[in-house]
Amino acid sequence: MKRQFTPMLLVAITALAISFTACKSKPKDADIKVAVETALAADPMAAGMTVSVEKGVATLSGECKDELCKASCEKIAKGVKGVESIINNCTIAAPPPPPPVATTDATVLEQGLMDALKDQAGLKGSLVNGKIVLTGEIAKAKWVMVKQMLDKLKSAGYDLTGLKIK
Amino acid sequence: MLAENKYQELINAATISGVANLQVREENGVLFIDGEAPSGAVKDMLWSVYDKLDPNFLSGDLVMNVNVSSSVPVTKAKVTTERSNLNIRKGPGTDQAIIGKAAHHEIVTVVSQTSEQWWLIRTKEGEEGYAYAQYLTPEAE
Repeated sequence: MKRQFTPMLLVAITALAISFTACKSKPKDADIKVAVETALAADPMAAGMTVSVEKGVATLSGECKDELCKASCEKIAKGVKGVESIINNCTIAAPPPPPPVATTDATVLEQGLMDALKDQAGLKGSLVNGKIVLTGEIAKAKWVMVKQMLDKLKSAGYDLTGLKIK
Repeated sequence: MLAENKYQELINAATISGVANLQVREENGVLFIDGEAPSGAVKDMLWSVYDKLDPNFLSGDLVMNVNVSSSVPVTKAKVTTERSNLNIRKGPGTDQAIIGKAAHHEIVTVVSQTSEQWWLIRTKEGEEGYAYAQYLTPEAE
């Protein structure tokens, strides 16, 4: 009799212990939600996301600016205690309009360069790999005007090592 | 990102002063700033910041295409050449035939702002053709 009693008691104690810890370590969904929100708010990139939690499953929604932001939100939420899994419903914002690209049309660029330099006798201009190369001398006041004009041409930049400002 | 760091003050100034559609990108060490300035004064201010950061604009690492907003259509402009008359051409380009001249400081009618470089104008004598926009300063009605 005595030999049978000990294992039974052990099983009972273990079961009790398991049910206790299980209860204690499982935070409420509402608490998890607050914790995830706090964690997300701390990161400027992830701020502004909406979170809902059900049985430890956190659902993220809202608009992220890019994939990186979406992944980062998920990572932050995953790190919060009590979160068992994530449903990442974040959407990615439409990309901003592409910036104007440097013109590849050399004739347009060449014509623009010719037009801008027409009245500047002291300046010589040419194009090398889409860059405007200027040589010669010019007064400061005129140079500001010429540079403003040339900057409208969407070149790839300048080589002005041969240019002198009087 | 080197050029962007160098011109950070300029980018900030453009942002604060309300430059619309501001776009900044860096390519092969050259920074491109595009946008629309709310006024000529803002454009001038940006160019003076540029001159401060890169004296005489000689580094060649910035292309700043910030123009005064064209949301308000220009109808009259003054010919602001140094002294000479302004050529009026058949088409937009110095390779186009000269079909007339507008006098220095004459007020002309701007028919259309065809491009950033060339505007279609009409003189009070009725001559119509293309003139180089840099020599035309918008006039208040």
